[in-house]
Amino acid sequence: MTQPSLWRVLEPKWRTALQRIREERSRGGSGKLLLLVAVGALFWLAVFRVLYVILRYFRGVEELGPLLAGKLLGLVLLSFVAILVLSNVITALSSFFLAKDLDLLVSAPVDWLRIYLAKLGETLLHSSWMVALMAVPILTAYGVIYRGGPLFAPFAVLTLFPMLVLPAVAGSALTLVLVNVFPARRTRDLLSIVALGAAGGLILLLRVIRPERLASPEGFRNLLDFIAVLRTPTSPFLPSEWATKAIMTFLRGELDPLPLLLLWTTAAALVTIGAMLHRALFAAGFTKAQEGAERFVRGAWWRWTVGTLLGFLPVAKREFVLKDVKLFFRDTTQWSQLILLAVLVVVYLFNIKALPLHRGEQVGFFYVTLVSFLNLGLAGFVLAAIAARFIFPAVSLEGRHMWLLRSSPLELKTLLWSKYWVGTVPLLVLALLLTGLTNVLLQVRPFMMVVGMLTIGGLTFAIAALALGFGALYPQFETENAAQIPTSFGGLVYMMATIALLGAVLRALWTAVYAYVRAVYEGQPVVVDAWMISWFAVAAALCAAATALPLWVGLRRMERFEF
Amino acid sequence: MIRLENLTKHYGSFVAVDDVSLEVSRGVLYGFLGPNGAGKTTTLRMIAGILRPTDGRVLLGGDDVHRNPIAAKQRLGFIPDRPFVYDKLTGAEFLRFVAALYGQEGDAVDRRVAELLEVFELASWKDELVEAYSHGMRQKLIISSALIHRPEYIVVDEPMVGLDPKAARLLKDIFRQFASRGGTVLMSTHTLEVAEAMCDRVAIIQHGKIVAEGTVDDLRRQHRAGDASLEELFLKLTGGAQVRELAEVLGHGGGDGPP
Repeated sequence: MTQPSLWRVLEPKWRTALQRIREERSRGGSGKLLLLVAVGALFWLAVFRVLYVILRYFRGVEELGPLLAGKLLGLVLLSFVAILVLSNVITALSSFFLAKDLDLLVSAPVDWLRIYLAKLGETLLHSSWMVALMAVPILTAYGVIYRGGPLFAPFAVLTLFPMLVLPAVAGSALTLVLVNVFPARRTRDLLSIVALGAAGGLILLLRVIRPERLASPEGFRNLLDFIAVLRTPTSPFLPSEWATKAIMTFLRGELDPLPLLLLWTTAAALVTIGAMLHRALFAAGFTKAQEGAERFVRGAWWRWTVGTLLGFLPVAKREFVLKDVKLFFRDTTQWSQLILLAVLVVVYLFNIKALPLHRGEQVGFFYVTLVSFLNLGLAGFVLAAIAARFIFPAVSLEGRHMWLLRSSPLELKTLLWSKYWVGTVPLLVLALLLTGLTNVLLQVRPFMMVVGMLTIGGLTFAIAALALGFGALYPQFETENAAQIPTSFGGLVYMMATIALLGAVLRALWTAVYAYVRAVYEGQPVVVDAWMISWFAVAAALCAAATALPLWVGLRRMERFEF
Repeated sequence: MIRLENLTKHYGSFVAVDDVSLEVSRGVLYGFLGPNGAGKTTTLRMIAGILRPTDGRVLLGGDDVHRNPIAAKQRLGFIPDRPFVYDKLTGAEFLRFVAALYGQEGDAVDRRVAELLEVFELASWKDELVEAYSHGMRQKLIISSALIHRPEYIVVDEPMVGLDPKAARLLKDIFRQFASRGGTVLMSTHTLEVAEAMCDRVAIIQHGKIVAEGTVDDLRRQHRAGDASLEELFLKLTGGAQVRELAEVLGHGGGDGPP
């Protein structure tokens, strides 16, 4: 029997994607698409600009410059590979074992290799498209600064592609092995391992890079030691290092085919090994994926704790919140990410503590205040990313159950209210903890502590509202994997809108904070005058508008949902 | 009373439901019949307030479902054709959650939950997560959820799909009793024997329009069908030629059968 082509096996997927684009267009989405392209281009330009400035500076530094540029690219690509392995493990679980089209594919006379390649392609695409897009402005900056010429673009694609394939194969293989140990639907054990592995990987990554050594060259005995460290490959056995080497060698105008050869041969070898592993283990793993639904639950505990705590709320709101909390903590794909979140917070605070602001010399008041102020932006960005993962998908995840919610007398306002507070309260706790502890570690003055806490509080309300509002504007009711929902176009637009808000709020506050810094620096009393208050008011108004408007728009959009 | 007035639904240029008017009185078990894609599910989802009509309106006991949704939906129990339930809730939790959506709580709800789970033979599964339930068990759970708040109207899309014979029989008895006590059931089904045996009145919808309405006897008289069964009437009204074509296709398609 002639086997169907890969293109044919993947037909339902790409046809669905095409149809979605057509539907968007017929709904008058061309303008939206243009807007998205414009915002995306702006984002690219911003990334390009930052990299361009850094690389231009590096280019001006003799001897060290090219080494630093190479090191920077190595770090960027290493983080890409780390992110990709994790995201591929999670995506592979869905595409290889839980996707709806699997029953059809597995029962059809399609050979194992086609299923493997089709599913690997799907996993690769879903988990890597964002990283690939992000790489474009970064590599363009390298190409422009080091005059890569017209051949640099195809060369970069040639380098990057196998680098993306390797984590996809590794992630899929890891999932395949884990699913054979634990049933796919009993994902608690599986994803706990993945999450803990990722957390461990992150810490390991930090140790491998040893960034603090690069930040303080004075710690080296001499410049030669420093250069030696820069010359040492970060991790010679990782594909990111080969890709870095291939790109930097090309940009220097030298010819060294070895790194590219390493990338492609390793990718080919890994795909072969992955296919063999798939042939040996997929059938058993897929069978296991059909069984083992979790049965043991502790419903009464939630009722006594959260239920009692929310006793003051009307019954519909209370039960809705309770339902969301239960669903979150019973879904391993959701709660296991809290482990990563905890690691992230620890690393975040560790980095703040490691800043060389309090090392013996006179504490630089200006720098402490500046770091505390800029930290608001960083913390805001972290909160935005967390909201993208946990709050943005909230409306989409209700899609299949809308028959119940819409046919019952539940008001959509109540639904949105519950979703908003279930997401906002933990985010607020995290935000205040992150900012408060950072400010304590930085030993900022009370003025900055108050400004910081109030600002991050206001930003949290706005960020949660933006996540929920954009989640309702760009719902993904058919997406099987909740983790994929934030990686949609809507997720991208939400992140950009949030970054714009962070920029605007910080810009408004800067004038007030600068007036404070100058007064203290010049030894004058700090006067909170009308000018300062007006800038605080602008920041507060921005946060209030970014809270109310998305919720209002989200509600209007939800009223028009049809199922 | 369930009342549809000139109900219309367009999807772009496609007319799914075309100017449908219907009245289902109290105490009536009403069958809504039609071939696949005729507009049954769309109509029922508009009655349940899930879809907004392009034109026309739906009244439940005098309340417009889209203008006064809270009052209208308080009286309604909706059973969809596809049993999507929160997988990570237990059966009992799901029923309590649905009761809460209708503003009900407390011991009375707990008793009602236990009662319904017992009736549908789900009591031993009440603390199991729904993800462990079979399709039929989920369907029974959804039927229980539609009854938990003691509705006046039940709108049900393909109620027998996935049910075992015992549960199907139980459901028929429940609907009959519900109607005999003054409740109203509007039920879409493909099982014409069920419709013929259970329904007081039926409507047949095709291409979004009602093509026949009344008791089965009314329809026989209107279409001079003698003592034809509802199935024969249905095929006559909705294009029985297609059934013959299908039989021919299947007759020629069997690989191992005689030529």
